[in-house]
Amino acid sequence: MTWKDPLGRIARGRRRRAAPAVSDGGELTCQELVELVTDYLEGALSADDRHRFEAHLDGCGGCRAYLDQMRETILAAGGAAGADLDPAMRQRLMDSFRDWRSSRDV
Amino acid sequence: MLPVDRASNADPARAADGGRADDADLIEALRKSDEAAYRALVDRHSATLLRLASMYLSNEEVAADVVQETWIGVLQGIDRFEERSSLKTWICRILVNKAKTAAQHEGRTITFSDLGDGELVPAVGPERFHDQGPNRGKWSIAPQAWDRPEERLLSKEARAVVERAIAALPANQRLTITMRDIEDLSSADTCSALGISEGNQRLLLHRARSRVRAALEAYFSDVTDAP
Repeated sequence: MTWKDPLGRIARGRRRRAAPAVSDGGELTCQELVELVTDYLEGALSADDRHRFEAHLDGCGGCRAYLDQMRETILAAGGAAGADLDPAMRQRLMDSFRDWRSSRDV
Repeated sequence: MLPVDRASNADPARAADGGRADDADLIEALRKSDEAAYRALVDRHSATLLRLASMYLSNEEVAADVVQETWIGVLQGIDRFEERSSLKTWICRILVNKAKTAAQHEGRTITFSDLGDGELVPAVGPERFHDQGPNRGKWSIAPQAWDRPEERLLSKEARAVVERAIAALPANQRLTITMRDIEDLSSADTCSALGISEGNQRLLLHRARSRVRAALEAYFSDVTDAP
């Protein structure tokens, strides 16, 4: 299955500097493709390499599953965020603000 | 798709432009010593800062001190902040600089000159591919699509798998995946905060994501390909 990418996190940053191809311009193997997935998702592949990458995907269910898993991994990592700030720490940071403000007002 | 419950993604204006729109208001309010603006920023970013500081520093108290110093640095520097980067990136960069200095005092340093795991570690172990014959380099044990990932990845168990996998990464990979995928900083912002090249960042991110994927694959099935 393929997930939508509502935030554009995955596609963001396309078309950066091209990374060198891993092999001689022929067909990619699965083993080569898995090493290019991040460059692909980051938009860092040259146009040629991107075509080879996508041509391989068209004919390879294993690599399509792999790419989906990498996308799902990225989204799963995003879900790991969100620890709340400890109230004592928050108080301390607010105290710093009041110190700063009073020093500024002097 | 995954429901997104993080504050940073709940607001479409922030998601669309990386937060620049409300950055301007916050910066202006902070320059006027507005306590509510400061509190909003502290609530929004301090957990991130503490997480990042903890990657440089083993001592939790020192990490908390570094976060406090960072906010003092933000307040002292806000008048001079030129808004060439997002506010979040600027704050993260202050944190990283202070954390590095503190880490040197602790005798710990993280260098980005290598990948953190020495030799090149493949994204997927070679045992998963044919190593000879006409199928050389093709999957011998192909990945199977994960079953109901949108439900299962949200489970406590799956989150614990992700967190353990990230905690086990070499420090520079851990920092990179934390900034990019957990804290949702852009590639440019991550490079800028960490002082690394785009290429180096992509390599670190690739290693990190590959390992987390392998951990999740093991969780989703009995297939393990841990290096």
